[in-house]
Amino acid sequence: MNLLRLALKSARFRRTSLLLTVVSIAISVTLLLGVDVVRKEAKSSFLNTISQTDLIVGARSGPSNLLLYSVFHTGSATNNVTWESYQAIADLDDVAWTVPISLGDSHRGFRVMGTTTDYFDFYQYGNKNTLEFDDGEAFDDVYDTVLGADVARDLDYEIGDEIIISHGLVSADFAEHDDKPFTVVGILNKTGTPVDRAVHVSLAGIEAVHVDWQGGSRTGLTLDAEQALKFDLTPSSITAFMVGLDNRALTFRVQREVNDYAAEPLSAILPGATLAEFWRSISTVEQVLFVLSVFVLIAGLLGMLTTILSTLNERRREIAVLRAIGARPTTVVMLIVLETLLVVVSGCLLGLGMLYGLLALSRPTVARRFGVDIAPSWPDTTQGLIMVTVIVGATVISLIPGFIAYRRSIQDGLATRV
Amino acid sequence: MGRPEPSVVELDQVRFRWPNQVSDIISIDELTLHAGEHLFVRGASGSGKTTLLNLLAGIHVPSSGALRILGTDIAALAPSRRDQFRADHIGIVFQQFNLLPYLTMLENVTLSCAFSKRKQARASADGGVHDAARRLLNALNLPDDLHRSPVAELSVGQQQRVAVARALIGGPELLIADEPTSALDSDNRDRFLELLFQEAEAQDTTLIFVSHDPHLAGRFDRMIELADENQGERVGL
Repeated sequence: MNLLRLALKSARFRRTSLLLTVVSIAISVTLLLGVDVVRKEAKSSFLNTISQTDLIVGARSGPSNLLLYSVFHTGSATNNVTWESYQAIADLDDVAWTVPISLGDSHRGFRVMGTTTDYFDFYQYGNKNTLEFDDGEAFDDVYDTVLGADVARDLDYEIGDEIIISHGLVSADFAEHDDKPFTVVGILNKTGTPVDRAVHVSLAGIEAVHVDWQGGSRTGLTLDAEQALKFDLTPSSITAFMVGLDNRALTFRVQREVNDYAAEPLSAILPGATLAEFWRSISTVEQVLFVLSVFVLIAGLLGMLTTILSTLNERRREIAVLRAIGARPTTVVMLIVLETLLVVVSGCLLGLGMLYGLLALSRPTVARRFGVDIAPSWPDTTQGLIMVTVIVGATVISLIPGFIAYRRSIQDGLATRV
Repeated sequence: MGRPEPSVVELDQVRFRWPNQVSDIISIDELTLHAGEHLFVRGASGSGKTTLLNLLAGIHVPSSGALRILGTDIAALAPSRRDQFRADHIGIVFQQFNLLPYLTMLENVTLSCAFSKRKQARASADGGVHDAARRLLNALNLPDDLHRSPVAELSVGQQQRVAVARALIGGPELLIADEPTSALDSDNRDRFLELLFQEAEAQDTTLIFVSHDPHLAGRFDRMIELADENQGERVGL
């Protein structure tokens, strides 16, 4: 009978306490690997909030600020971009397409974004995903609106519902554009990006609700929805715009051109680079998560150490018997290390199984609720490294009970009293 | 004795004490055992029985004096060689709890051979290790239908007989039994002793039997007594 079989049989005999240890190791491994998966998915989902857009242009400001208000609809622009500047840059030779963004209004906590139908064609996220309609179609009329998935879900809107836009970002009775309701004509699929939380209308729609407004308040004059249409609804300014180039290699040249634009101070940012930079600044969160799960793992390993130490007493007889038939102290240590390996490897495998089970089970829910599709994949290097670290760490830890058993087996020898 | 037989056990001025102790736990001036001899070691608890056992088994080495088993100076061997020597040449039976509860009766017996190539070779001389174990168990009144049962279901008497089979498989030259009958009632004890002697004689094994019970002494060739004051005192027979 070899040592491994002996260790297996001995472990099976004490399976209740060892199984509990396996489960606790498995839970820590699941957590550790789970945090790693969430971290990676969060990062890739964040970094892919916007893709295939080469530049974002807005009034001169820091890159993070411009990114935050134009893509994440958080915070506000320091200034607007005049329609003329927008047109001038859109007409540059190297520019393939532009999508204007006009922000400022809201609907029950969700940002209203004025844009053109180009938005639905050119905005891309993730791995070249374009926006898709869950229901309905792009806006056509001035008073049409297309809702992000979260807006429709949270507020329970359907195609054909009418919504009122509030002036500014805070809903208040006195600042409702209640004379000009919008009709929901389209609802977008979940994307896992800020698009889900936006109410999209045409630029003309934004202009129309503001024809009788000056600054932050109504003018004395009131125009109803029909009357407003008679005005020229070309905006005088927009908040920012996205730019796609004919050739990616030209990005820096166009960026410089925008930054040096003489007529007004503008900033052009590379969304990918800015997202990455921004992620680095908020990545402490992921580090905290990681550190937390490392502590959970340490607790799991200490639990294992406790269990193995506590079994040493009940194994005293076993060790004396083995010594009597000629087992060396090192053989006794080997048995304990083998048992630890058995426990920790089973724990890792069970943890891995639990993780993939959970991921598979939650995949539809996660895709629906967060717009992130976590496809099953083989454990990557990081996860492999995590598990190797766990196994090596456990083996090193098992040398503690191993050493105690070693010393004891030399001191006790064949002592028969327990 | 007519012809000089090689001594199986030879103690010469053996003393043992722990490093921080002032007096010897074991002090035996001279003791020689030949092949097939049966020695009864009597001693109350605390008289150093366990220490003597550990010395004979090569777990501990004497503080002074010479201890030779089969002509080998145990103290001169490296610890791992002593372990191997024990595995190859000595069988041990404890007071109780001799068996590994997670192995079957047969596995408990054959486990001895896992640690000793010599025992394995000798046990499989005619038939395999399993056959040897089965024969021993049968000889010790443990029928085949019990061999695969978990040892926890056995009576103490049966367990002690399994322990004897484990100690004797592969024909070790020396069998050390430490109070093997203390957990048995008198009927079982007598039957156990009979089987023990019978099998030890069948293999010409030298037997050292440690017990506090003086009534058993009459069945042995020789006896020594370990005094309470930890003074080994040879009592001839």
